[in-house]
Amino acid sequence: MTSISHTVPTALQFACTQVPWAAVRYGRECTTHRVVRNDVAQTNDTSIDEGAMCEVLLDGHFGYAATADLSAAGLQAAFSRAIETTRASSARKAHAFAARQRPAFSGSYRSARTRDLDTTGLAEIMDCLLAATAAMKGVDTLVNRMAHAMLVQTQVDYFTSAGAHTAQSFDMVSLNLSATAAQGSESQTRSWSRTGQWGGEVFAREATVQQAQRIAAEALALLGAPNCPSGPMDLVLMPDQMMLQIHESIGHPLELDRILGDERNFAGWSFVKPDDFGRLRYGSELMNISFDPTRLHEFASYAYDDGGNPATKEMLIEGGILKRGLGALESQERSGIPGVANFRAASWNRAPIDRMANINLEPGTASLHELIGQVERGILMHTNRSWSIDDYRNKFQFGCEYAQLIEDGRLGAVVRNPNYRGITVDFWNRLAGVGRDDEVHGTPYCGKGEPNQIIRVGHASPPCLFRGVEVFGGQA
Amino acid sequence: MSAPSFSQAVAAHFDQLCALLFENLRSGEDVNVNLAAEETLFLRLNNNRVRQNTDVRQSLLSLRFHGGGRSVEQTLTLSSQPAQDNAAVLAALARCRSEAAVLPPDPFQVLMHNHGSSREEFTGKLLAPEALLQAIVGPAAGCDMVGFYAGGTVIRANRNSKGQNHWFATDNFFFDYSLYDGPKAVKSVYAAAVWDPADWQANLVRSKASLALLQRPVQNILPGAYRTYLAPAAFGDLVGMMGWGALSAASWKQGRSPFKKLTEKERRLSPLLSIDENFSMGLAPRFNDLGEVAPERLPLIEAGALAHLLVSSRSAKEYGLQANGASGGESPRALDVAPGILAASDVLAALGTGLYLSNLHYLNWSDPVSARVTGMTRYACFWVDGGEIVGPINNLRWDESLYDALGPQLLALGSEAEISPETGTYGQRNLGGMRSPGALIEGFNFTL
Repeated sequence: MTSISHTVPTALQFACTQVPWAAVRYGRECTTHRVVRNDVAQTNDTSIDEGAMCEVLLDGHFGYAATADLSAAGLQAAFSRAIETTRASSARKAHAFAARQRPAFSGSYRSARTRDLDTTGLAEIMDCLLAATAAMKGVDTLVNRMAHAMLVQTQVDYFTSAGAHTAQSFDMVSLNLSATAAQGSESQTRSWSRTGQWGGEVFAREATVQQAQRIAAEALALLGAPNCPSGPMDLVLMPDQMMLQIHESIGHPLELDRILGDERNFAGWSFVKPDDFGRLRYGSELMNISFDPTRLHEFASYAYDDGGNPATKEMLIEGGILKRGLGALESQERSGIPGVANFRAASWNRAPIDRMANINLEPGTASLHELIGQVERGILMHTNRSWSIDDYRNKFQFGCEYAQLIEDGRLGAVVRNPNYRGITVDFWNRLAGVGRDDEVHGTPYCGKGEPNQIIRVGHASPPCLFRGVEVFGGQA
Repeated sequence: MSAPSFSQAVAAHFDQLCALLFENLRSGEDVNVNLAAEETLFLRLNNNRVRQNTDVRQSLLSLRFHGGGRSVEQTLTLSSQPAQDNAAVLAALARCRSEAAVLPPDPFQVLMHNHGSSREEFTGKLLAPEALLQAIVGPAAGCDMVGFYAGGTVIRANRNSKGQNHWFATDNFFFDYSLYDGPKAVKSVYAAAVWDPADWQANLVRSKASLALLQRPVQNILPGAYRTYLAPAAFGDLVGMMGWGALSAASWKQGRSPFKKLTEKERRLSPLLSIDENFSMGLAPRFNDLGEVAPERLPLIEAGALAHLLVSSRSAKEYGLQANGASGGESPRALDVAPGILAASDVLAALGTGLYLSNLHYLNWSDPVSARVTGMTRYACFWVDGGEIVGPINNLRWDESLYDALGPQLLALGSEAEISPETGTYGQRNLGGMRSPGALIEGFNFTL
């Protein structure tokens, strides 16, 4: 139980003398960055961010005020500000909501880990990072060798005047390695990462060193490799690029607040229309996409969203047909479209909005060898390097770090600067093979919303085969 | 006696916490302390109605500790309760010491000095929520307006144990908005320290006029190379990519700079192009996170040649360079692109036949070695023929090297530069912005 649990009841009681419903979402997040570059400990930063968002429902409108003063008086002052602004706003509200958009559940969640980050010593982490950059050392052309660990411990407690109390704690790690090889005007970077809800078990020295050696060798190979060829060809995307493909061309366009127009001044709208649900053939019959907050170790696994709604696995796309949107109870109320529990805030000082959580492509039956074997002339790409997509989420262009040609069903030469482009629905209808072995990836840096919010998302996917994609390389 | 303002209360609290930290330092230790504080009202509108309102008060204190040749940084949210925050900063100092005992020495540690003191305060007059909402949405009645208001006091301060003391506080707001007509839209921002109904009305009238042009028949333009005019916001976005590592000395030395060829004089940009880091625009404080004061004006590109990279004092120490007041990330904080001679009234005639782009969207390096950038067109973008606007286009993807677009293909720069205030609010309200004219470019490459 956090100390705030002593001040919240008084503050809620105060708020409910003026409004019919109120809530406090408390958040405490401890984030540590450790960076070793070229064998030097470059960054050792820790931030402890703690505060509370006071939320009121007044005349059918939810409004918010954030404070880091967690005393009863501090929370009451925040409630007074929330009530003043919400009273002014409610006459011009976008939609009339009710307390049923904040269901009264109680429960707890603790993320999966073998070893708490609390018990993972600084010396152990530094040993792992220093060993990684040392393992990348070899030739002078490896000009930049980096190991970066981000450790995050988060506690979120949500209390409502209806008696709900959810308490969730998360240990998360993002371990990133990169090697840059440069010679003359040419430069190539290869990277590896392990991200998600993990504990100290991530800092396994030998396994990390193996990855470091691999990416250093691959960066050097890229430096001497020819440019990626251009033209339409079959494309095999590995899980660490499928992650980005799913994120940008499935996750964002299915966000219901985006479809309802809330994001039109910032990230954009969506090509998906409300009447597309249940009808639109988004991709080939092999395409099955889930919202899965129950999968262990993905970044966005949780039991309750930030509106207190229990989170369950739901299918968004089945057999290529669009079924369900990424929208929480407010968006479901506004649109009438079935959604999920994805009302999420980046921190205590931001209001929740519809966010991706874990958006996964369900595995198929083919081995990677079998996928490659289906390709007469094509290319296999690893690890996202560049990403861009339009404001309706149609026309995308993505680049990868590392690629190999495929000829007559076999992997061939390494090529550098691989890119591809396409249009979302056309691209997903070119899905011709889905691997059986998926991997969990994710990013801590998904941006959205006004005010802006960065949030963590997870994406699990197997390798996938797409037919006839426009592929191209770097500038000659 | 009236209650202290937010700014006054934060200043007194910050001074007291710094004094506590300094008096608890041991021999051989130093600390550099940064403060980022704000009280902000955020209003989010959809279809000219309020979607969300959020009031935020926050103060973040960052403490950089030097001891025994080690460097450690701790950041914490201040509660504004003196006893609690005193304990929290002393606990942070203790954590710094315990980590420093384990860490290896930092060979590129930049020793702390007193870089002087400064104090800048800009007061404004901001409207209360009810009056503000009426002021925003009243003139936009009947419009499908989607927008975002952020207004209040923003504070940045820096002190260190050598006596350095900087304070920057500003009361201001921006309203960043889009007007939609079906799927087509125009974009603008109104920013000031005092809400002026006439200025807001004039801004809205200009946007409505642009929106009317979008009602003309949509032109389906095929991929290809087109003569293109980038309006100031669009050209600012393209030039802004230089802030993604291209002008960073560390990025260059670490093999990651898209401007490696420019830095090493293998390539150059157009002689029409000159870009400064210019703090005289007053958009951001001149002091950086170490309290170092940047020159008021630092040439970055002069007539197409690189004049200076942004060099932090850490990079200077590691690579033997001369520091120039850059922040740790070596990104520009006040980019200023020098205008040219193309008058706004002559833009369409000078373009002749081609594309007029008001805004770009989602830019990213697509091939860093060749400084190639990809992105999309967005908002009010038109096909122009014979110097006349024919109609809006369906949005196009483009993929173009800065060495080409800002090199031999750059035909002219606009005679009037426009300021784009920083509107980023990740974690906190950002300060800064840039100033840019429009640009006429030959053979801009559209791919999808």
